[in-house]
Amino acid sequence: MATPQHNAKVMNRFELTKRLVGQLKREEAVIGGIGNTNFDLCAAGQRAQNFYMLGSMGLAIPIALGVAIAQPKRHVVALEGDGSLLMQLGCLATVAMRAPKNLTIVIWDNGLYQITGSQPTASATTADLVAIAQGSGIVKSAWAADEAEFDRLLAAALKDAGPSLIAARIDGKPGVGATDRDPVQIRTRFMAGLGVKR
Amino acid sequence: MNSSSVETRSWHEIVLATLKNNNVKLVVYVPDRVFTPLIEALHADDFFITFPCTREEEALGIVTGAWMGGMRGAVLMQTSGFGTVPNVLASLVVPSQIPALIFVSERGTLGEFNLGQAMVCKTVRPVLNSLAVENITITRHDELEFIIDRSIKQAVATQAPVTFILSPLLTGGKVFTV
Repeated sequence: MATPQHNAKVMNRFELTKRLVGQLKREEAVIGGIGNTNFDLCAAGQRAQNFYMLGSMGLAIPIALGVAIAQPKRHVVALEGDGSLLMQLGCLATVAMRAPKNLTIVIWDNGLYQITGSQPTASATTADLVAIAQGSGIVKSAWAADEAEFDRLLAAALKDAGPSLIAARIDGKPGVGATDRDPVQIRTRFMAGLGVKR
Repeated sequence: MNSSSVETRSWHEIVLATLKNNNVKLVVYVPDRVFTPLIEALHADDFFITFPCTREEEALGIVTGAWMGGMRGAVLMQTSGFGTVPNVLASLVVPSQIPALIFVSERGTLGEFNLGQAMVCKTVRPVLNSLAVENITITRHDELEFIIDRSIKQAVATQAPVTFILSPLLTGGKVFTV
């Protein structure tokens, strides 16, 4: 039985990010969205297959789709916040249409534009991001009821059963770490981590 | 082909062949009437992975990811669509040094009937120039292959995006009658 949005437990992004990184055993690529999503990804442990998106709010999922197309044998995870996803909802329709098996989308939904001063997003009151994803054609979209279900949904998604979208309600605590802000270094390390030579 | 032979291919056949010769496999687009024969030919050719996106900035995100994953990519858009991309150019493609290949079907000039198209067209070159993004307006059929082929190679070698503005002088543009 799918968990409705209002029954999903409010969890913590850093704690869930650590659980996510702990499940990555096959050099999966992770694209972190702008802001606290990236900060917690960075704090959860440096990986050569992490890409920290510094600008271009809303584009973590399209970037992940591009990586998934270029490297169909590697699983790719996009981490994105609710405000960022709301800025680029059309990308869900594109992902569903392309249907890459090796793509998992994780949405951290605190109902806030947290980094700009915690103004409320539409998901705080009216928008259900899982319903939007399902309506866009990503059938395997679900709210994680709690940490254990987050782990289960992620484990299933990482078996190249995608595209999948997992949404987690999270609290308003700020990110734990901070990323370096050198785009060329981030991109170069990421490409090396993916085994790509220019 | 050698320079003395007579070019009989259409502009879109040349673009497709030049992309293929340079191993540009991924072509994502937001549709445009003038680009329709190119888009149809890309879909018909198994070499290419090609599909529409909902926004031009989304398309640039996808080719950025593909490049980092080892695949060359191009984006097709109309001048009005270019109006949506300054942020992704300034905050992702340029600072990350991504050789995105951007093809813009030029509307807003040489017989435009829509004032909105004419206005946004005036922004394209100033935006690209302010970001120091290479941009080349292509008007001549006999220069098309040379420009695109050499510019793709330069983009990859120098890790920098390039924009090809395809003029109505080349493509015929979108025609209307008063």
